[in-house]
Amino acid sequence: MSHNAHVPIGPYHPLQEEPEFYKLVVDGEKVVDVDVRIGYNHRGIEKLSESKSYDQSIFLVERICGICSSSHPIACCQALEDIGGVEVPERALYIRSICQELERLHSHMLWLGLAGHFIGYNTVFMWAWKYREPICDIMETVTGNRQNYAMHKVGGVRRDIEREHVSYILKRLDEFIKNISILKGAVLDDPVLHERLKGIGILTKEDAIDYAAIGPVARASGVDIDVRRDHPYGVYDRIKWNVVTQEEGDVFAKTVVRILELFESVGIIRQCLDKMPEGPIDSNPKDIPPGEGIGQIEAPRGECFHYIKSDGTNSPVRHKVRAPTYMNFPTFRETVIGETISDATIILAAIDPCYCCTERMLIVDGSDKNIMGAEELIRLSQEKTRLIKDKYGER
Amino acid sequence: MGIKEKILTKSLYVFHLSSGSCNNCDIEIIDCLTPRYDIERFGIVLVGSIKHADVLLCTGSVNRLTVPRIKVLYEQMPKPGFVVAFGSCGASRGLFKDSYNTGKPLDEIIPVDMYIPGCPPRPEAIMAGLLKLIDKLNSKGK
Amino acid sequence: MTMDEFLKNMSGKFGVNILNVKKVSNKRAYIDIYPKDIKGFVRYIFKDLSFRFDTASGVDDFNALEILYHFSHDPSGITISLRAILHDKQDPHIDTITDITRSAWWIERELHELFGIEFNGNSDMRPLLLPDDWPKGVYPLRKDFQPPKRDSRKE
Repeated sequence: MSHNAHVPIGPYHPLQEEPEFYKLVVDGEKVVDVDVRIGYNHRGIEKLSESKSYDQSIFLVERICGICSSSHPIACCQALEDIGGVEVPERALYIRSICQELERLHSHMLWLGLAGHFIGYNTVFMWAWKYREPICDIMETVTGNRQNYAMHKVGGVRRDIEREHVSYILKRLDEFIKNISILKGAVLDDPVLHERLKGIGILTKEDAIDYAAIGPVARASGVDIDVRRDHPYGVYDRIKWNVVTQEEGDVFAKTVVRILELFESVGIIRQCLDKMPEGPIDSNPKDIPPGEGIGQIEAPRGECFHYIKSDGTNSPVRHKVRAPTYMNFPTFRETVIGETISDATIILAAIDPCYCCTERMLIVDGSDKNIMGAEELIRLSQEKTRLIKDKYGER
Repeated sequence: MGIKEKILTKSLYVFHLSSGSCNNCDIEIIDCLTPRYDIERFGIVLVGSIKHADVLLCTGSVNRLTVPRIKVLYEQMPKPGFVVAFGSCGASRGLFKDSYNTGKPLDEIIPVDMYIPGCPPRPEAIMAGLLKLIDKLNSKGK
Repeated sequence: MTMDEFLKNMSGKFGVNILNVKKVSNKRAYIDIYPKDIKGFVRYIFKDLSFRFDTASGVDDFNALEILYHFSHDPSGITISLRAILHDKQDPHIDTITDITRSAWWIERELHELFGIEFNGNSDMRPLLLPDDWPKGVYPLRKDFQPPKRDSRKE
C-alpha cells in the first residue's frame, strides 16, 4: 500500500530568487506528481503596454526579465519594424548582435553558477560569478549600464561602440576565454558532477518536441533548433558559428550545451567587432502604420516571441510576449516525475547559505603561514580531481 | 543601545524576498556575495529562512498575490528586525504602478526602515545602503 | 518547403475551409479559419508538417475575440499564424488543442484566465497567473476591463 505525501515548497523558499509554489507528491523517496503555481511575479505587462507609447514599451519590456533585458527589446523592435517595414542600418544590426551575445555570456555564466550553488557546489558558483563580472564591465562600457541596458530602439540602437572600446572589449574577452577554459575543464571533467548530474532529469526528444521546448533545453535533447540560424535576424547569417547540440537530455547535457555555447558566443562577438562597418546607427522611423508584426529572437533561454498589433496610433492594440521559459517550464513535469526527492531538488534547485574563499585562503602548515594565490589553488584542485578519478574511475 | 542592537551591527543576516520583481535586483543582490564585492566581509550573510533574519530585503513592485505572504513573512521575522525596500519598484512600484495586478506600495503594507533606489541598484549601492543601516544602529546608542 | 509550396499544400488539403490568406513575406503568412476547424488544422500543421507551436495570442478587437495560433517551421524558417475569430463575446469557446500538443497546456489556461475563452475538452482551467481571489467574470486583457479600484497612496 502506498502512502502519498505532499511536500509543499514555497512560495518563498531558499531555492530560487523568484517566488513560485511547488507541490511535490511523493511516495516514499520517489516523486510521483508535481504541480506548479506561478503568478507571484505577474505584473500585467501585456495590458500595461497597451497604455504606453511604442518608445516607452521598449523600456517596459526591458523590465520583463532582468537577465534578458537585451532580448525582449530586440524582439519588440523587430515586431515593430516588421509592421512598419523599417530598415535597420547595418552597423546597428552588428551592435544588436554584440549585445545579444554578451547577454548570452552573462546569462549562461549566471546559470552555471547557480546550478553549482543548487547542488551545494559553491566553488563553481563563486568562480562562475567571478568570471561573469568582466562581461558586466563590457556591458557597462558598451551600453552604460550593468543591467537594463536601454540600448535598443525601433530602427536602430541608442549608443555606438567607440573605436577605443573595441580593443578593451577584445582584451577582456581574451581574459574571459582563458578563465572559462579552466572552468570548462573543472566542470566537465569533475567526477563528482558526473555522478550527480548524469542520467538525472532526462527529457526525451519526443517530449521536447511535443512540449515545443526551445533553446538549450531542446538542444540538449537532440532537437537541433536555433532561431539565430533557422529564422535569421541581425547579422547571424553573415557570421560563422555552430549550433551546439547534445543527445542525452539530462542535466549534464544541458550544462554541456550552455558551456559550449559560451565559446560560440565569444567567437560571434569577435567576428562582429571585426566586420562591423562604419555608418549610421539609427534610421529614425517616424510612424508605425496599422498592421501586425512578429519578432523572434534567440534569447539565452530559447526563443523569445513578440506579437504586436497596431492600429496606427502611438500605442499598441495588443502586445503579446512569450518568454522562453513559458514553453520550457512545463517540461519540468516530465523530467521530475520518477526521480527521487533528493534528485528533484537538483532539478528544482536546492541551496545552503554560501561561504566563499576563492582567493584569500590560508593554509596553516606547521608554524608557517602559506598564502596561496589563484594559480596554486587551481593546481591543487586539479590534483585532487585526478586523485578522485584514479580512485573511482572515469564515469 | 540594547545588547540586541549592538550584536546586530556585527552581523546582519539578510533575507531576500522577491515580490514580483524583474530579477535584476535579485541578481545584483547575489552579485554582492560573490568574490568581487564579497559582502560577507562586513558580516552580512544571505540566509534561507526568514526566522534567521535581521533584515528583510524586499525587491519588486508588490503584486496582489504576494501581499498576504509579505505580511506573514514580516510577522515571522524575529524582532528587532529591519525592512529595506529595494530598487525603484520596491520604493514606489516604479514602472508597474498602473498595472491591474499591482497592489499597495510596500511601505503601506509593512513599515519600511530604509530605501535603496536604482533600477537596479549597483552592488556598491547595496553595500553602501546596508552599511548605512549599521551606522544608523550604532549612532542610535550614542 | 517554401512559403508558396506550403500555401498551395494547405489550400489543396483544406480548400474552402480557409477563409483568407495574407502572405506578408516569403517567411510569414496569416491564415484565417473557422474556429470549428482548429483541430484539423493544428493536427495537420503540428503532426504532419512538424511545425513547432510558438504560442497563441488572444486579441480583443471590440466586436469579436480573435485567437492567433503561431507556428514556426525551423528547417525552412517559415512562421505562420492561424487566426480564428470568435464572434460571440459573451460565451466564446473553441476546441482545445492540448490533446494534439501538450505545449498548449499553459497558454490555454492563460487565455481562459485573461480573456475568458472556454476550451472545449480541456478540464485543467485552474488559475495560472492571477490571484486566487480575483473576481469571476473579470478578464483583464479585454478592452472593456476597468482596473479594480485601488486602495493606495494618493495618486
